[in-house]
Amino acid sequence: MDALVAQLQMQYRNYTVSLYQQGFLDERFTELRQLQDDKHPNFAAEMLSLSFDDSVKHIGNITRACKDQTGTVDFGLVDVSVHQLKCTSSSVGAKRVKDLCVTFKEYCEANNYEGCVRCLQQVDIEYNTLKTKLQDMFNLEKQIIQAGGKVPQVDGH
Amino acid sequence: MARDGGVTCLRSSEMLNVGLGGMESPPLDLDEVHVLAVDDSLVDRIVIERLLRITSCKVTAVDSGWRALEFLGLDNEKASAELDRLKVDMIITDYCMPGMTGYELLKKIKESSSFRQVPVVIMSSENVLTRIDMCLEEGAEDFLLKPVKLADVKRLRNHLTGDVKLSNGNKRKLPEDSVTVHALLPPPPALTLSTDSSDSSPPLSPVEVFSSPLSSLIDDEDDDDVLTSSPTPEESPVRRQKMRSPGLD
Repeated sequence: MDALVAQLQMQYRNYTVSLYQQGFLDERFTELRQLQDDKHPNFAAEMLSLSFDDSVKHIGNITRACKDQTGTVDFGLVDVSVHQLKCTSSSVGAKRVKDLCVTFKEYCEANNYEGCVRCLQQVDIEYNTLKTKLQDMFNLEKQIIQAGGKVPQVDGH
Repeated sequence: MARDGGVTCLRSSEMLNVGLGGMESPPLDLDEVHVLAVDDSLVDRIVIERLLRITSCKVTAVDSGWRALEFLGLDNEKASAELDRLKVDMIITDYCMPGMTGYELLKKIKESSSFRQVPVVIMSSENVLTRIDMCLEEGAEDFLLKPVKLADVKRLRNHLTGDVKLSNGNKRKLPEDSVTVHALLPPPPALTLSTDSSDSSPPLSPVEVFSSPLSSLIDDEDDDDVLTSSPTPEESPVRRQKMRSPGLD
């Protein structure tokens, strides 16, 4: 049992560190983890989940704004949603999505339609990738707990 | 606390309006700091509430400047009755909000006679100097860069407690006509708009939480827990500008 726990913990550590190293997560995620206690054991996961709900909404709004029937794109509208997407990502440590939004905003401000469309595609990919990777990470946590172990604190270094 | 931006509040109107001398009354609980948090983002609202509760503040969180004014009783022209005055020790608001910005809310608060003394802190994801200056000039107590850290909130909290203690336990200016002493009643129970179901079901594992709709996130208990490990407070000089001394710390 201990060997299994140790193995899972090592797997978890390596996986989580890689998420930080690849820029999927930043120190904001670590900070959210540090706000957890016995009464709020899943705070970081809950915030991620909420943020993902928000993100889906914002990506939907951006998509609609970019597919305007009349052929014109309201870049102002796109900009607002990109800003909101950036903020929600920043709030939970979703670094890659956040950084992408910075680029996205620049294209909006330049009224660059192709740039916006490219960013939208990338944002969608990054969001989905992050969601999958976090699912895997939380799965490992569950396995550790089920094996009777404790989830190690990992801060990305 | 409701997730829909509704208001969780502690209406302390019965609590106090301690007169100037006269009757002996139990001392104010100086540590009962009540903060009004304003942010249109649900995630940010929940996080700031968590941060404030960790630092032993009572929190009312609303999702817009209008709701904040409504809560403060500033949304209509007639002055709110003194007896109904809320105890709000600090207001912390996001800058970028649809409808009414944090700056506009700040102005309205500073224009009001009841709440102009209440420190207002602005939060923003953008580090724009002109914006910071504008807010500070309008009377903002502080300007925090988002995402707001626990260290920032702790610093605000300490600052507040310091102010309260310095001015003999009552930082707020007493209204001119409030010379009568009101007996202290026990604080009313917190009013909430949502039911607290967090205690009725077993806690979800992170995976379950992550992949299923959230039932209830917020409990209504005070957070008296002390975290076993708190982050190292990193005071980045850019993060904060003090009022009237816009140098770096």
